[in-house]
Amino acid sequence: MTTSATRQQVLVLYLSTSALDAKVIGWSRYDGTGQTDPAAGDSDEPPYETGVEALLDGWRLFQVSPLIPPYPGTEYETSFLKHEFLFEKLV
Amino acid sequence: MTDHPGEKHLLTSVQMAHFVSHGALRMDGVVPDSLNERAIAVFDAGVPRGRDGAAVDEVFPVGSFVRELIDLPEVAGAIYSLVGPSPLIDHHAVHIRRARNGEAQPLHADAIIDTRDDAFDVQLMYYPQDVTLDMGGTLSVPGSHLRRTNETDTGRYQNLRGQTRLVCPAGTVQFLHHGIWHGGRRNDSDITRYMFKIRFNPTVRQRLLWNTEDLNDPAVLEELRTHFPWYENASGRIEYVNRTRLWRALTGDPAFDLDYWTTRVDNRPQRVLPTV
Repeated sequence: MTTSATRQQVLVLYLSTSALDAKVIGWSRYDGTGQTDPAAGDSDEPPYETGVEALLDGWRLFQVSPLIPPYPGTEYETSFLKHEFLFEKLV
Repeated sequence: MTDHPGEKHLLTSVQMAHFVSHGALRMDGVVPDSLNERAIAVFDAGVPRGRDGAAVDEVFPVGSFVRELIDLPEVAGAIYSLVGPSPLIDHHAVHIRRARNGEAQPLHADAIIDTRDDAFDVQLMYYPQDVTLDMGGTLSVPGSHLRRTNETDTGRYQNLRGQTRLVCPAGTVQFLHHGIWHGGRRNDSDITRYMFKIRFNPTVRQRLLWNTEDLNDPAVLEELRTHFPWYENASGRIEYVNRTRLWRALTGDPAFDLDYWTTRVDNRPQRVLPTV
């Protein structure tokens, strides 16, 4: 257990293209402060319309999905959401 | 189980197209109160689990509560349309979300990754009581059923645009494609919520089992072309390809295309011109 007063909040945004200013299509939150308890299906409205909106609100981007070509033979299959962006706030 | 539910109780082509695009088909209040009022006592007592893959007669004999449920004409008609006669009972389960239950299931598809593209299982979900938003009705993601993911690997996804947070009247039944992403939501109410689920396996080729009188109705194409707001721009096009392939399998029409996507990439002419 850390004794630091700083805690991390994580926001995961899924965007409609690989561009950070693309539309948000999915979202998740994790709260290291313990003050909120986000869960699956807790909201129908995204917190931001685009990834850039999250930046404007003070979230720091720390990971982006790489662009990976489809494996040969799976070009017409769909699977996980492709454009995942992870943000943090230290509070 | 009823051998044939009768033509008028079968699904229409438009309803089948809805199932193919959404991976779900919902029938509000289709179960009468006379059954709904008995359901919770039956579920509290427990529904004995049969052998996985057993016949309907073995798991739900005539006279049992569940047999009454699945022999309701509209329910039997939907089951027949989706998986045909004499399906097997893969498994069944009573799901109870206690009042003020603090847990939500992670978004998942049941069982394991399933790569079949010419057959599918169907899950019947029955809600015997009114379900309000804060009771944590089933979360599902329309149009996710053709994505190839394995069980809870999608657990990181909490919310997607256009998701369905089920709110329904008592007696509602929904039929879900085996691959759909779903999960039981957190119950923030003071009412314990019940849901009963049965997974059916087909035993015949799933082809034109429904009422096909409206097969050429333009509304069929409209349903098949449904766009969901959580699709990425690019992958959303591939979803059309997957739906096209499923509709081809269901109808036996190898030339069917939703747009020109599939036809274009399948075009590999073999005719060789004579040299001059």
